Amino acid sequence: MQAIEQLNREHMRMDLPNFGPGDTVKVHVKIREGEKERIQVFQGVVISKRKGTTNATFTVRKVSYGVGVERIFPTHSPAINQVEVVTRGRVRRAKIYYLRKLRGKAARIKERRDY
Amino acid sequence: MCKGLLGKKLGMTSLFLPDGRYVPVTVIQAGPCVVTQIKTEATDGYNALQLGFEEKRASRTNKPMSGHFVKSGGTSYAHLREFAVDDPAGFDLGQSVGTDLFQVGEKVEVVGTTKGRGFSGVMKRHGFGGGRKTHGSKSHRIPGSVGCSAWPAKVWRGKKLPGHYGVDRKTVRNLEIVDIRPEQNLILVKGAVPGAKSGLVRINKPKY
Repeated sequence: MQAIEQLNREHMRMDLPNFGPGDTVKVHVKIREGEKERIQVFQGVVISKRKGTTNATFTVRKVSYGVGVERIFPTHSPAINQVEVVTRGRVRRAKIYYLRKLRGKAARIKERRDY
Repeated sequence: MCKGLLGKKLGMTSLFLPDGRYVPVTVIQAGPCVVTQIKTEATDGYNALQLGFEEKRASRTNKPMSGHFVKSGGTSYAHLREFAVDDPAGFDLGQSVGTDLFQVGEKVEVVGTTKGRGFSGVMKRHGFGGGRKTHGSKSHRIPGSVGCSAWPAKVWRGKKLPGHYGVDRKTVRNLEIVDIRPEQNLILVKGAVPGAKSGLVRINKPKY
């Protein structure tokens, strides 16, 4: 058992910043195109975080040309180059799925200020 | 070259490989195994190594077995299994055999004893579809008809019926070795392996 926990820990990414639901993040994803590798940035609001060891994921939602786009990232995937936290949001729920039904002004999230 | 190792299934997890693939792996503690007997063509009619795995207290070993273990250094082992070997001359009694037998990327076969399921019905044991659950049906998980009538006037031999299921020796072939940790004696194999956690497994080199 200990061996498995140790293995999991080795394959987990501890370098990612601390972020949670409501935060706006920029996810830099490595994309392979044939031989070349480039980095694409996906910016949006974290609407959910799934706990776990190597299987943890987080969902980022953005509205692109009026269309809601959600992307689920494996938290510990080597394809994630880095995660930048743009703003911290103040939300009361762990999963802010209600955001999907809201448009425009209603879909704003208050910024969290904790010093 | 020895054709296999004994190991203990530690459990499963999923890992990211350097190329970005996310693969399910079974962690097997393989060895260190110790050569307890060498069988040669001249004395036994075939070439093989008897490997011992998991040390056992001397007080738990009976006298005939401890007499056998004295020849390979005196340490008792809980499990003994034979493995084919091409050239037995390259091995000594008491020699340790470990994970260096295998390489990352190699395909192996793993033999284990499946989990016991007790007396099981046909849906679990043979994958029958079962009957309707609703609409007045009373045949939910029953086997249904077991054959014809006046002829043959018997149930055919080998008919799939409820009975004891599990605790079978099963082999899974073509499992890819994802990683090897020689310092911890761990072999990570892609996919599932028969048996419960801490069950004894045999990792074989493929025959073909």
